[in-house]
Amino acid sequence: MTHNGSRFDLEVVASLVAPGSRVLDVGCGDGELMERLALDKGVDARGIELSQTGVNECVARGLSVIQGDADADLDAYLDESFDYVILSQTLQATRDPKTVLQNLLRIGSYAIVSFPNFGHWRMRMQLLFQGRMPITPHLPEPWYATPNIHFCTIRDFVSLCEELDATVQEAIALNATGGRMPIRAPWWFWNMFGQQAVFLLHR
Amino acid sequence: MTHHPDHEDAVSQARLREVDSPSSPVERFGVDEPLVLDAGRTLAPWQIAYETYGELNADRSNAILVCHALTGDQYAASTHPITGKPGWWSLMVGPGRPVDTDRFFVICANVLGGCAGTTGPASRDPEGGRYGLKLPVVTIADMVRAQAMLIDRLGIDTLFAVVGGSMGGMQVLEWAASYPERVFAAVPIAAGARHSSQNIAFHEVGRQAIMADPNWRGGRYLEEGLIPKKGLSVARMAAHITYVSEEALHSKFGRALQDRDQITFGFDADFQIESYLRHQGSTFVDRFDANSYLYVTRAMDYFDLAIDHRGVLANAFRRSPTRFCVISFTSDWLFPTKESRNVVHALNAAGANVSFVEIETDRGHDSFLLNEPELFRVTRGFLTGAAHVRGIEPPAADPDAE
Repeated sequence: MTHNGSRFDLEVVASLVAPGSRVLDVGCGDGELMERLALDKGVDARGIELSQTGVNECVARGLSVIQGDADADLDAYLDESFDYVILSQTLQATRDPKTVLQNLLRIGSYAIVSFPNFGHWRMRMQLLFQGRMPITPHLPEPWYATPNIHFCTIRDFVSLCEELDATVQEAIALNATGGRMPIRAPWWFWNMFGQQAVFLLHR
Repeated sequence: MTHHPDHEDAVSQARLREVDSPSSPVERFGVDEPLVLDAGRTLAPWQIAYETYGELNADRSNAILVCHALTGDQYAASTHPITGKPGWWSLMVGPGRPVDTDRFFVICANVLGGCAGTTGPASRDPEGGRYGLKLPVVTIADMVRAQAMLIDRLGIDTLFAVVGGSMGGMQVLEWAASYPERVFAAVPIAAGARHSSQNIAFHEVGRQAIMADPNWRGGRYLEEGLIPKKGLSVARMAAHITYVSEEALHSKFGRALQDRDQITFGFDADFQIESYLRHQGSTFVDRFDANSYLYVTRAMDYFDLAIDHRGVLANAFRRSPTRFCVISFTSDWLFPTKESRNVVHALNAAGANVSFVEIETDRGHDSFLLNEPELFRVTRGFLTGAAHVRGIEPPAADPDAE
């Protein structure tokens, strides 16, 4: 799974999770979020992580994590076996984001998805004026080396949610410093100035 | 009676002594406590030989059962009485080791059908002589049932953990499926929920090699004072190939010649790999019984946890309270990661608490016996986390986590 830049979205993601709930963290990295949820909120957390170093780190910390990925390992989970399924900064790296999102909505009562917004004005500027695929401090890899194969904008994501009949319970856009954008702003404003998006969805 | 060299006599006598009254503790069960077998027969009287390490705590909550692989024994962390070699899992089990005997009470028992003191084909038949092939065929579930009776006898209700690799891993899964309430944590390593067609095929080659040895005598070789050494060592040679990866064989031996500069145009061990395999085969016959090899390989072949649960593996773990840590190795082609992943998917479908790690190594199936720091780190981390949940006190001096 991929992690890019700082993880200020974790703070926001954690704030959306109810205490004492059952959580599946897909792409849990070294277990930072899981550990935080377990310690601060008494959450029963499970994780899936692709990188061996990440998984070993998690298991050595006593967390329940399996080595796997969102594309291959979600099918086995039963419907509504978790209160929340979290996919942070990973959707854009999956082979089949639509199926993955469907699985999230099936397995969890709620899905929490965070992703980098490809519609951010810096991205648009680079494409518009330099005519090159955008590279930012937050997404530093060139086009041929990036694990992010399915970038989307906030607006793209909202229409995918509509297509899947998912209800957007909450949406939060974060600017470059991790600050929350004005809550009343329209989608186009978020899509232009939001660097990160965090969505709380349910079926 | 055929005449033997003295060494061979001494070794085979020592082995029979270990079968009847082993160097380790042994629990004996009389006719009033028969062992019920899957084959539809009962075994009585019978016995189970085991070793323990560390101390059982006051509330009897810190017991770990270690399950051994095909040709292992109860001497997981103590010197082998016949070979004099250190225990097969000395790297994993001991004071300050991942399975920490300063913290846990570790039990390791010889499996049913084995030849190190637990009832097996080399044991005395109550009807007279030695069992040989008169012993009913045993299964992994039978082995586990025997272990459960031992655990009962030791006064332990719930095991903190059951840990094992290969056939030991099969026993771990069987324990979790048969006695979910008695297993707090389970660590199946380099194993799977069934034996594949390829696995069965290799075992069959080994069994046929033993049976083709004229000294096997239809399994009655002990009565005739013989040992089917040739067949057993060929079985071991074939099996040994499956325990290592092609990559490791290539880097360890390649096509290097053994103590010579050129090929001899004959059938001596020209190549180092040939000499190595012959050595593996010939040392094996000193410590293992040929009929045991037939029985224990058969038990592995018959293992298929899904079949025992209406064809759905997840059913074996429904509502399981056990915490699992499944471990596989990248270069293991005998129990490839795919097999472990099947177990993990079944556990996920059953809603079980599961961790799964695939460890990067080129040393094949045998990696679980070798010095693999990642294996130690993961096992230690998992057991420490589980012990914390279980409320087992850490040892006074906490060893470094690395």
